[in-house]
Amino acid sequence: MGFNIYDFSGMTHNMHLWFLERMSPTATTIVEWTIIGVSYMLFVALFGLFLVYAERKVCAAFQQRLGPMRVGYWGLLQTIADFIKLLMKELIMPKSADRFLYNLAPFIVMIATFLAMAVLPFAKGLQTLDFDIGIFYVTAVSSVGVIGILLAGWSSNNKYSLIGAMRSGAQILSYELSVSLSLVTIIILAGSMQLSVVVESQRDSWFLFKGHIPSLIAFVIFLIAGTAETNRGPFDLAEAESELTAGFHTEYSGIKFAFFFLAEYINMFIVAAMATTVFLGGWMPLHFGQFESFNHVMDFIPPLVWFFMKVLGVIFLIMWFKWTFPRLRVDQILTLEWKYLLPINLVNILLMCLVVLTKFHL
Amino acid sequence: MNGLFQYISTVFKSVKSLLIGMKITGKYVFTPWNNVTQQYPENRDTLKMFDRFRGEVIMTHNENNEHLCTGCGICEINCPNGSIEIISKSILTEDGKKKRAIDQHIYHLGMCTFCNLCVKACPTGAIVMGQNFEHSVWDRSKLTKVLNQPGSKIAQGVKE
Repeated sequence: MGFNIYDFSGMTHNMHLWFLERMSPTATTIVEWTIIGVSYMLFVALFGLFLVYAERKVCAAFQQRLGPMRVGYWGLLQTIADFIKLLMKELIMPKSADRFLYNLAPFIVMIATFLAMAVLPFAKGLQTLDFDIGIFYVTAVSSVGVIGILLAGWSSNNKYSLIGAMRSGAQILSYELSVSLSLVTIIILAGSMQLSVVVESQRDSWFLFKGHIPSLIAFVIFLIAGTAETNRGPFDLAEAESELTAGFHTEYSGIKFAFFFLAEYINMFIVAAMATTVFLGGWMPLHFGQFESFNHVMDFIPPLVWFFMKVLGVIFLIMWFKWTFPRLRVDQILTLEWKYLLPINLVNILLMCLVVLTKFHL
Repeated sequence: MNGLFQYISTVFKSVKSLLIGMKITGKYVFTPWNNVTQQYPENRDTLKMFDRFRGEVIMTHNENNEHLCTGCGICEINCPNGSIEIISKSILTEDGKKKRAIDQHIYHLGMCTFCNLCVKACPTGAIVMGQNFEHSVWDRSKLTKVLNQPGSKIAQGVKE
């Protein structure tokens, strides 16, 4: 099995052949599915825990604190300890909760997260599904998560949960529009919805630079709307601690709460990964037109490292929003979307069409 | 047209104000040496409390075991929750007059709210706020302290 850190397609192909030599095609498919599923689960668990740790550290830095420092070196084991604590907690169900829906809700949220992760290109050849409608697919399945949130709020039989879920529903339905339209702006520039093609066509310059002004506007709108769609601050009024205790997951405890918690952080990763893939060139290294030697040096950094560097950068930006801006009221959130982001987005699409038609892009 | 202009200027103004907010918090995150968290038990030897910290009420004594307290009782009157008790005695001065002096300045640390009123009210500046904050003891009675040291007397030249 040849292992090449710059191109994983050879490795995956060889693995496939290696399995085919030893077992039937059906068994091969099942084994490969299992491997992919397990690796995604491991990724979600470990990266989710890492993101929780990073959030606590970044939040602390924004408030001039140190954050967790006692468990492990610089508090590195803190989230693992928290997770073990969550696993050992009792699962409490409200007396008059809708039993089936109450148990189903965390899984719907988690499934939506996994579905959206399936198409993300982590590196060259490291992409599970490569639909020709990849971007459309991500926007479609990522909005399945809101059903889980609504179910959780409804079935808990708790006023706070229901208010939180309804707020979340109104918010996600509105901001879904902005996310899709800002992605449409880039689809016009890219000419394709297939994520591998989108990444490949950013080899010379990222779409953020290629489409200059309309791309920049689309990127900013995507970040705002993406933050809103993951229910993160300053748009976290679905679980506004000071008003609704914890919003839709008030009544959840133990591992079910952990599912909501992990899904929220992995959704943040998905938004960051989509921003990276669509605007910041995915796993492509940073290239500037004429600087050959500079481009060559950048090529030495493996694509996986590039991808995660960009993703972590975007995640830091999203955290920066959360720990700087105060929470919006529900009417302010809807005003921001329907009166500002949506019209700006529509004008921006026209602008991008003009840029593409006149070949004004770089 | 005026409305459109107003709309656009609102967008730019709000973006600008958001960027100002991000600049302020960004300054915090990129200057980690200004962090306020103290790793307390580890840095116990080097930890220095800030000047205005109110740890406990103490009475300063000079090298001759003399303090500035006249036993006037103003601190006792000023204390909002009765943490201070003044027990005075009368002494004979050198020229044969009777004079009031402090016998015991009793301070209940367990009741004190560190409001600083006694220190402000003291006419002679006999009591000040100390910096010590490690007050935990196993017995509550140890929190009742006598501030004037045994055998101490008032310093020369303190005006009543």
